[in-house]
Amino acid sequence: MKLKRKLKEYKPISVLYPCLVYLFLYVPILVVIVFSFNTSRMNIVFEGFTVEWYFKMFENRQLMDAFRNTLLVAFFSTVISVIMGTLCAVGLYKLESKIKNIISSSLYIPIVIPEIVFGIALLVFFSSVHLPTSMLTLIISHITFSLPFVVITVRSRIAGFDPSILEAARDLGAGEFRTFMRVTLPMIMPGVISGGMLALTLSLDDVVISFFMAGTESTTLPLKILGMVRKGVSPDVNALSTLMILGTIAIMLFSQMIQGKIEKSREAHSGVE
Amino acid sequence: MAKMQDKVMIRLRDVDKCYGTNKVVKSLNLDIREGEFLTLLGPSGCGKTTTLRMIAGFEEVTEGQIFLEGENVEDKKPNQRDVNTVFQNYALFPHMNVEDNIAFGLVEKKVKKPEIKRRVGEMLKMVQLEGMEKRLPAQMSGGQKQRVAIARALINRPKVLLLDEPLGALDLKLRKQMQFELKHLQKKLGITFIYVTHDQEEALTMSDRIAVMNQGILEQIGAPEEIYNRPATKFVADFIGETNIFEAYVEEVMDGRIGISLEAGTAAVKAAGFHKEEMVYICVRPENLKISAEPVIDFNIRGKVKEHVFIGSVNKTIVELVNGQELKITTQPDVELLSMGSEVNLFWNEGKGILLHTKEEQIYNLIENTVKIEGGGDD
Amino acid sequence: MIKKLGKKLPTIVMIGPTFFWLILFVLIPLCYVIGISFLTKNAYGGVDGILSLQSYKDLFQSEYLKIFTGSLWLSLQTTILCLIIGYPFAYLIAKAPANRKKYMVLMIMLPFWINSIIRIYGWNTLLRTEGVINHLLIALGIISKPLEMLYTDGAVLLGMVYDLLPFTILPLYTSIEKIDTSLLEAARDLGATKRSTFMKIILPLTMPGIFAGSIQTFIPSLGLFYISEMMGGGKTMYIGNLIKNQFLSARNWPLGAALSIILIIITLILMKLYTRVGSLEDMA
Repeated sequence: MKLKRKLKEYKPISVLYPCLVYLFLYVPILVVIVFSFNTSRMNIVFEGFTVEWYFKMFENRQLMDAFRNTLLVAFFSTVISVIMGTLCAVGLYKLESKIKNIISSSLYIPIVIPEIVFGIALLVFFSSVHLPTSMLTLIISHITFSLPFVVITVRSRIAGFDPSILEAARDLGAGEFRTFMRVTLPMIMPGVISGGMLALTLSLDDVVISFFMAGTESTTLPLKILGMVRKGVSPDVNALSTLMILGTIAIMLFSQMIQGKIEKSREAHSGVE
Repeated sequence: MAKMQDKVMIRLRDVDKCYGTNKVVKSLNLDIREGEFLTLLGPSGCGKTTTLRMIAGFEEVTEGQIFLEGENVEDKKPNQRDVNTVFQNYALFPHMNVEDNIAFGLVEKKVKKPEIKRRVGEMLKMVQLEGMEKRLPAQMSGGQKQRVAIARALINRPKVLLLDEPLGALDLKLRKQMQFELKHLQKKLGITFIYVTHDQEEALTMSDRIAVMNQGILEQIGAPEEIYNRPATKFVADFIGETNIFEAYVEEVMDGRIGISLEAGTAAVKAAGFHKEEMVYICVRPENLKISAEPVIDFNIRGKVKEHVFIGSVNKTIVELVNGQELKITTQPDVELLSMGSEVNLFWNEGKGILLHTKEEQIYNLIENTVKIEGGGDD
Repeated sequence: MIKKLGKKLPTIVMIGPTFFWLILFVLIPLCYVIGISFLTKNAYGGVDGILSLQSYKDLFQSEYLKIFTGSLWLSLQTTILCLIIGYPFAYLIAKAPANRKKYMVLMIMLPFWINSIIRIYGWNTLLRTEGVINHLLIALGIISKPLEMLYTDGAVLLGMVYDLLPFTILPLYTSIEKIDTSLLEAARDLGATKRSTFMKIILPLTMPGIFAGSIQTFIPSLGLFYISEMMGGGKTMYIGNLIKNQFLSARNWPLGAALSIILIIITLILMKLYTRVGSLEDMA
């Protein structure tokens, strides 16, 4: 009787099907990683294990430049969008006027419109003000699409705030700036960090907008790969791609960890209440 | 006591339910008769809802059997059982209007359209929701949703209607009204109702019989008066209504009477089946506990009047005993109150004190009884 | 007056940068696109200040119409395939035990955040005529001549589905998870079979999720020009490639702008439909 019940609960399809989908999602990624350790120059058969491509990639100047650009753009766009976005989110929290609604809804425009339209809009705009595509335009564009996500993430963190905490800080003699530094910022820090993680991954993930924004001297690694694919790719690209994959996964896991901590601290707080 | 001619509608035999290693229902035996209003009563986590869900078929029993009209329903899915459920949060389909919600079961049975229409009309009339056919659940009040949920279940003409705390989300006044209506409905239809609640007052007002559960165990089953006046365990005495409980010791066993000693004095109770030197509990309802300035025969419990509280229809007096225990006593408003701080004697009508075995004694008796029953079951 | 301004100053300093950033780099550029779509191109690949509807008229040329219908068809196929693959998957995650659920969702998110060119490059490696799959199949003796898999329309569809599947699954998962289990129990209790519980309760209640998933798949799919280049070899032209070319090689900006406006309009219509479905759901 018990066995029958157990068999009833066990449905192979509910295990098999997700595995197939995961296989579909992960096989191409694994292929890239596996061939980064291949001795053969061709990505066809795995002939032997080597790590030489992880050293050779440093000799490929173009590839290294593209990689450096990718990291620089990601870094600057993250830092700037986090600073601006956090300030904006805190400012919006205090604001009680129509401007609040205008900003809140205009934040969704870059999220909603198709990326390609956003890319060409910026291209048209920059060329009309005679700003040639460069690292600068790349960074500006990445800030623009990251900014709304940072504001939204930080705002969702502030939403649960008790306004009297800020009033208490003011009451105890802290000025506007001191209140922000000593009370507001520490409290929203988890939101700021996950907003930053989001901005960082968005920047590393972007293709379409970067495609229109990158000049010949400021191409990013993904764009470089896009350009190389048709001509044939050497395994040092795989090696660098593997680094990017692992980097992205590390960022994701880190921000998941922070998210988990936030939830835990929230649970702890509600437990006290 | 069960009358022989009463037909058993649902029978639970040694039903266990485990979640992992956690046993939430422990060897439950329960017979539910045709046409009765039975309430499963207990605190949250006592296993009452799980029991209901096992009857409905949403949960499988871990051990034991459930019989519906004598038939083992182990392999029957919820949709194959002649029982319907009224869910705690109503579980109305949010995308369907009142009519479609109520008709759902009949549509599934492929009943013909005109017949469905007729029966939905009947149901709407019964729950007084005529004219609301096209409303969506979101456009209705809690009480109205409740009626839709009841109509949706009853339209299938189930043999048993299961109700899982159906009035929990309603405010007090509406709840009182719905209690009355539900009871009325059940009498009119003559269907077996199994009703789950943690509200003892609700259980007392509505039920033909109450099954009190605690920590997965059936503590007592009986008519409301029986449960209230003759609780079988300390838990039941404590859970149903207010009560004063003393730990006591059987001093003397007389013919139909028992003399006991408490920490704060001595008393007497009418009771049988206890033996000398046994540890017992004695429970006395606040309305049965009396105070007097004069000494009383057979009783020697002294205390001090600590507080008087007016609670509407009655007065409540708190008396503190010499050992610090506080007793609640309710008196009618026309009874004169003794002044605060005055020394008083406490007593009760010997028939109104309820003597209970302690847990250890219960286990001992249980084993003895089981041996008796099994021995007697052969004939 | 000054005092009032002083009180407001911190707020202005906080919101100001983002506010002006959005105006400068979102609103103004979008207005530029709208404006350019009503201008004419000149012989040097720039734009003349002559107002005209020429670029919108050009859209009705048969070659463009063919590209439109081709793109919409590809996006529709992508969306439907994603729904077919994603729905049962989302359902299974939603019904998985809570401890496993978290990891199952995380595993869907992970590839979603890895740059899609790298992932599509992985497919490219697998599908090439002298690629991994062909090599394996020949080595196993299943085929004797390599199959033409890469640079076909099928490969483009595969790439699209692959890239957008997580966009479909996440909203589906959220909407399936939201369904109150007591509703499903109620349906079973009232005699519904598994099949009719699905058709009458689960499917209608997850309609907003299906819609959100479809939009989040359909809209980006129209702009993913690089997938048709990496997987289709640029053989078939889609709306994304067409727009890109108008700005980078053909240099017909007004036409490219008009095409973008069409994309925005499609997006807005779908969003409007979605909010309507959403408000229906809120009512329920």
